[in-house]
Amino acid sequence: MTINDVQKILNATVVTQSTYENNSVQSGFVGDLLSVVMGKAKEQCAWITIQGHINIIAVGTLINVACIIVTEDFKVDEDAISKANEEGIVIMTTHLSSYESAALLSKNGLE
Amino acid sequence: MNLHFDVEGGEFISAGVASSKVKKVLKQLAIKPEIIRKISVAMYEAEINMVIHAHGGVIDAEIMPDHVHVVLKDEGPGIENIELAMKAGYSTASRLAREMGFGAGMGLANMKRYADILQIESEPGKGTTVEITVKLYPEQA
Ligand SMILES: Nc1ncnc2c1ncn2[C@@H]1O[C@H](COP(=O)(O)OP(=O)(O)OP(=O)(O)O)[C@@H](O)[C@H]1O
Ligand SMILES: [Mg+2]
Repeated sequence: MTINDVQKILNATVVTQSTYENNSVQSGFVGDLLSVVMGKAKEQCAWITIQGHINIIAVGTLINVACIIVTEDFKVDEDAISKANEEGIVIMTTHLSSYESAALLSKNGLE
Repeated sequence: MNLHFDVEGGEFISAGVASSKVKKVLKQLAIKPEIIRKISVAMYEAEINMVIHAHGGVIDAEIMPDHVHVVLKDEGPGIENIELAMKAGYSTASRLAREMGFGAGMGLANMKRYADILQIESEPGKGTTVEITVKLYPEQA
């Protein structure tokens, strides 16, 4: 699945500017505690979280996530968005819960 | 190659600058992604700890032909019981830090897992020094 597919499946709003359409997403991970994410999430995953502050960009780049999905309509901080643009990280937001987002991606074939 | 960083305390926002920089250098050196991930996660965890548990400190990263050695030194409150602090789930993180997603009590556990050698020296009231060594080509060891 590509980042583009993820966006369509969740009907999510992409808040960053980097191009991404064909980048592939290989797994999903749900987590709001940064150390747990760094310990367990795989490279090229779609990381689903309610955290919207700048530290998610550091974590996302360190472990090379494919994209970050901020759920429950949590606000993504402006400084996080500009840092994400600098680093080429894709962030999208959705009103869905983390559970609903994961379930939808799973139903559409993301492991 | 030697890199030096001064890390400010309480600066949740810029925390991670040192680890990102080291990560970029290693990427340019075409080091394997999984090795880069080991170094950068271990280093980021230690860097964040300096910010949220101490009042910042200094980081010296040494990139050698076959390994990376990072020393993170702070003059914060120190760790009373290192064995206890290493336990997954143990955390004294502040409410503010927890709201930002820190405080799972997994940082030291991640460092232990990703570092090939991890040394922690700490004296209550004086400070903490964390040393992380990661081999760049473990298959040749
Ligand atoms: N540099 C330090 N100075 C003082 N205390 C520290 C330092 N590093 C770690 N500690 C102590 O060790 C505990 C465990 O650290 P660890 O990194 O495992 O978890 P955490 O930082 O609390 O949460 P997480 O890393 O999961 O966000 C901390 O809560 C703190 O009490
Ligand atoms: Mg920590």
